[in-house]
Amino acid sequence: MVAGVGSKMVRFENVGLRYGMGPEVLRDISFRLASGSFHFLTGSSGAGKSSLLRLIYLALRPSRGLINMFGQDVATLPRADRQDLRRRIGVVFQDFHLIEHLSALDNVAIPLRVAGMSPSCIQSNVSELLNWVGLTDHLGSRPATLSGGQQQRVAIARAVISRPQLLLADEPTGNVDNEIAMRLIYLFDELNKMGTTVIIATHNEELVSRFNHPVIHLEDGEASMASRSEKVCA
Amino acid sequence: MFNRPLDLPLDQDGSSRFLPWIIALMVYLAALSLAVAMAIGATAGRWDQGFSGTMTVQIVPDISAGNPDKKRQAKTAKALERALTLLRDTPGVISAEPLSVEEISSLLAPWLGEGSQMDELEIPRLIDVRVDPETGPDLATVKRRLAGVSGVVVDDHGIWLERLVKLAYSVEVIAFAIVLCIALAAVATVVFTTRSGMAVHHGTIEVLHLIGAQDVYIARQFQFHAMLRGLRGSLAGLAMAAVTLAVLGTLAGSIDLPLFPALTLTPWQWAGLAIMPVAAALITMITARITVLRALVEMP
Repeated sequence: MVAGVGSKMVRFENVGLRYGMGPEVLRDISFRLASGSFHFLTGSSGAGKSSLLRLIYLALRPSRGLINMFGQDVATLPRADRQDLRRRIGVVFQDFHLIEHLSALDNVAIPLRVAGMSPSCIQSNVSELLNWVGLTDHLGSRPATLSGGQQQRVAIARAVISRPQLLLADEPTGNVDNEIAMRLIYLFDELNKMGTTVIIATHNEELVSRFNHPVIHLEDGEASMASRSEKVCA
Repeated sequence: MFNRPLDLPLDQDGSSRFLPWIIALMVYLAALSLAVAMAIGATAGRWDQGFSGTMTVQIVPDISAGNPDKKRQAKTAKALERALTLLRDTPGVISAEPLSVEEISSLLAPWLGEGSQMDELEIPRLIDVRVDPETGPDLATVKRRLAGVSGVVVDDHGIWLERLVKLAYSVEVIAFAIVLCIALAAVATVVFTTRSGMAVHHGTIEVLHLIGAQDVYIARQFQFHAMLRGLRGSLAGLAMAAVTLAVLGTLAGSIDLPLFPALTLTPWQWAGLAIMPVAAALITMITARITVLRALVEMP
């Protein structure tokens, strides 16, 4: 199945994943996502949403099958090139994964620092983005002193600061009320309109139903894809 | 690099907190070993140079009963003259000089005490012989030449000197081996500390890795941290070693034994020791870097 509006960005062919010697948690996952598309990744708790996202952002190696990202087979990529590829992906982790001893500003600056950007450029870009997400007064605050919502905004800012081509978010609305959840999805929608391919993993079916974006649904380790207008099984 | 906090809070590690102390102790021991190696090496070289191509010929007085003092002295003086003549006529002998009674007395003074009545003692007369190391006669030839001179004993320094120099060089090699062992122990300590740090900060390392940080970016954090700690510790260790060496040098200087190795170091030797902190910091840095890079290969 192919979804999206531009050239293919993510391609999975018969991908399977098992942890250690355990059973396969993902089976025969095949899909293609086009550049500039917006997808929800749904499924009940334990269906494998996070595992699938981890495969996409290269935190896991598949047990079998082919994963092609940005037109490149990730299994054959040299190590240094894998890191270049990772820098084209922004991730909002489920529990944010902020670095506790760094300020909000330094946390958001990490993707730019690892990309080798000059300190002056980093300072201006990060300040501007934190201002955009409403954290101007918290540039020097450490994550432990921020509320859950503020930490989430820092995590989102870190994920988008380097203007990634692909943005992944793992349950970004899990810890916030419906109003903030809606605002977050609108924020991702705006980023998508600017050309970023977006995949959001969520189990909030009500939220998904409010947007007309295609859905990859995971159940018992198998994926099916459906648009909002018509549901198509894999 | 130093104006902003590291992405990894390595300063907060309990394991790395002790690294400067461990490095300080190791550099202290290594500096002492190296100083001893250098001092013994220099002394052995001095012995080797100073005593090679030399012999001592003794004219032992005939102290048999019924030999009056004056006659005995005259006989010893005659034997001395005869030995000198024979030695100076021997091809390859550069010089043959008798030691005066005063010189012999000063040599014996450490054992017999100052102001001893040397005139009352029947001490042997000594001839300091210098031979050409390449073309000069060996011990057997000299003994043969002097066979007709009464009371002659020829002592070739080379025999005992060779053993002494071998011993000195062995001690020097052992001292260098100790320095090498200390360096290896330091490497093992840094590997352990770095691995502990990686385990403690695994979560942050994973985030950096997933954000796209190259392995060298992460390794750089560990290596600069390790280098700074190593440099700090090794400077402290060297300072302690310098104080110890200064005290030992002063104490050794007061002993005043000709063959005892001088524990005072030359400026060049001090310069050699001064390189140790830099070397220790580099070893620490490179070890941390290699440890991190090898461990990161395990990450997908």
